[in-house]
Formats: sequence, C-alpha cells, structure tokens
Amino acid sequence: MVEFTLPANSRVRKDGKSHPAPSGAKNVKTFKIYRWHPDDGENPRVDTFQVDLDTCGPMVLDALIKIKNEMDSTLTFRRSCREGVCGSCAMNIDGTNTLACTKPIDEIGGDVKVYPLPHMPVVKDLVPDLSQPYAQYREIEPWMKADTAMPAGERLQSPEDREKLDGLWECILCFCCQTSCPSYWWNGDRYLGPAILLQAYRWIADSRDEATGDRLDDLEDPFRLYRCHTIMNCTMTCPKGLNPGKAIAEIKIAQTKRRI
Amino acid sequence: MSTGNRPLSPHLEIYRPQISMVLSISHRITGVGLGAGTLLLAYWLSAAAYGPDAFATAQAFMGSWFGRLLLFGFSYALFYHLCNGVRHLLWDIGWGFDLPTFRTTGLTVVAASAVLTIVTWIAAYAAA
Repeated sequence: MVEFTLPANSRVRKDGKSHPAPSGAKNVKTFKIYRWHPDDGENPRVDTFQVDLDTCGPMVLDALIKIKNEMDSTLTFRRSCREGVCGSCAMNIDGTNTLACTKPIDEIGGDVKVYPLPHMPVVKDLVPDLSQPYAQYREIEPWMKADTAMPAGERLQSPEDREKLDGLWECILCFCCQTSCPSYWWNGDRYLGPAILLQAYRWIADSRDEATGDRLDDLEDPFRLYRCHTIMNCTMTCPKGLNPGKAIAEIKIAQTKRRI
Repeated sequence: MSTGNRPLSPHLEIYRPQISMVLSISHRITGVGLGAGTLLLAYWLSAAAYGPDAFATAQAFMGSWFGRLLLFGFSYALFYHLCNGVRHLLWDIGWGFDLPTFRTTGLTVVAASAVLTIVTWIAAYAAA
C-alpha cells in the first residue's frame, strides 16, 4: 500500500558524524552517505565525508572505496567489477539510481548524496536486501523452455529474431529500475516491477522459447503486470541505457494481440 | 541472524523529481480533479432542473471568483488529462518510449493543455 512516510525505525536521524578532509587538501568534495548498523539499535543517519578529489579516482565508487580505506573502514557497500557489468554497486546517487562505478563525481553539482536503493529493507549502510526481486525473478522462470525434440545441433535463430533480444539481454539485474518505480514502492509485494518484467519479455521475445503462451498467462494479472502505469522512471534511470518501460508495453501489446 | 528490525530505505523524500514521475502523478491528480469537477457539473445541472431560484444561486457561485477558479482548474484538469490520455494511447500501441520522444511528448502535453485552457477561457469571455 501507499505509505509516503518512512516507518518509525527507518526515519533518518539528523545527528550524523562528520569526517573532515585531511589538512592541506585543496580539491574537496562533500559526500553525504546513509548509514545504518544492525547491532547498535539506533535509527539510520547520514554521515558527512570530505574527500580530497586530488587523490581520488573519478567515479563515485572510487570515493566510496577511498572513504572505506582512509576515513571509516566500517562503511559497507557492495562492489565487484568496477566497470558496470556486475550490477553490485547499484545505489541512489544524487537523487537517482545508478551504478557507483560508472557515475563520474564531476557530473554531480554540490554535495554527493548517497543512499541505498530506495524502498528496500537495509542490511547495513548501502546494502539493500534484494530477496524480494530475486524471488520475483525466480517466479518468471528465466530459462529456455521447449517441448520439441532437441535438434542435432543448436536451436537456430534467424538474425532478425536474434535482433529482437537486443536491449533485453544486456540487463545486469542491478535493480536500479526496479527500485526507481513508484508502483514498485507501493505494491512491490504483488507487482513484479520493471527489471523482472523486462526479463520476462526477454523470454517472451525469444523465438526459440516455446512457452510464450504460458508466460503470458502467468503475467495476465492486475498486479503482476498491470501495476505498470508507464511512469517511466525505470527507463530514465537505467545505467545500461535499456528501456524496461518499452519492454513492459510490448508484453501488454502481446496480451492484447492474442485476444483479438 | 535477526532481520526483523531492518529499516526501509528512504524513497520519495530522496528521489530527485523526474519529468516522468511528475507528469504521471499529475495525470492521477487531474483524474481525481475531473471526478470532483463532475460533481460540480452535476450540481449545476441539478440546480437548473430544480428551479429558477436554485439555478440563480448556482450561477452566482459559479460566477464568483472562487467558482471561476474551480472551473479554471476543472478545465485545465480536463485538457491535461485528455492530452496525456492521448499520450497513453500512443504508448499502448508501442510508440514514444525512447527517451528524447518521451520528454518531447511530455512537454508537449504540458504546453498543449495550457494553450487549450487559455484559448477556451478567452473564447468563453469573448462570448459572454
């Protein structure tokens, strides 16, 4: 249901800690970072870190790593590939969701505000609990399904059919789009959300998959599919430049086409 | 491991307003506004059916500055919801999802609904 305000245990305290830049730093940028520790029984807070950009890499992830190395080793976040292919460092930076590793610091005017992906349970600091979207991903059965006998070689696909998967297979499941969607904020327990629906469409659009009808049956539901109101925050925020909004529209069109 | 006390990460209060979400919630709000405006219209028609005194009261209310403000809002809500409704129809046939087109159609809806509202009111005052 729609709840515009945060629950009592989630409201952000005003008394965050401050970590000043080392003396002599000339090119200082202020980072305001959401903190929450599961063991101290306190509400979340926002800590301020003044980072010397002259000794820091260009991306927001570089600054987070520098803060963890040099200022506060308890800062917790996920990261792995540092080049935008793993999706681990998805977070809310400067008000929109993106990957910390591909977001240049100099694109951000003023203080750099960093929060975990919105409207998710927080495990610690910038680490959200993604169990729900993973469970929803499982629900759409994201694998090739075919009843016809295995051919001697591979299941072939024309170049035209293969092209239909472009803009879908590139998704790295970072859940930037998923957690940018107000519909998912209010109805995430029943609405599958943009990332999962883009993945669902990736299998619907695949000419080699033979379960298209079953897949569409499973999605024909006022909540699972039709909570999408084409708000399009998903497409606006996708760090890979994909278009979940369009993929969802294609599912809706497929639902209509098979009825007429 | 206890997971019961996990806080919910901030959402609406920290998400930078996007043209996408602002126009979308405007569509919802103008839709609700149209519902309220229809009640106003029903009151006006009922008053006309009820008799000259009731109709005169209704006319006086509609003609007051507050009544005109309500009608102005009603007319803008109507045109915004109409224009954005056309945008929704285009989306329903799969058109207008690439971001440059999406932004252009959004700004067009805002401009077109403002122009239609103003033209309507100029025409109404010219006819009065």
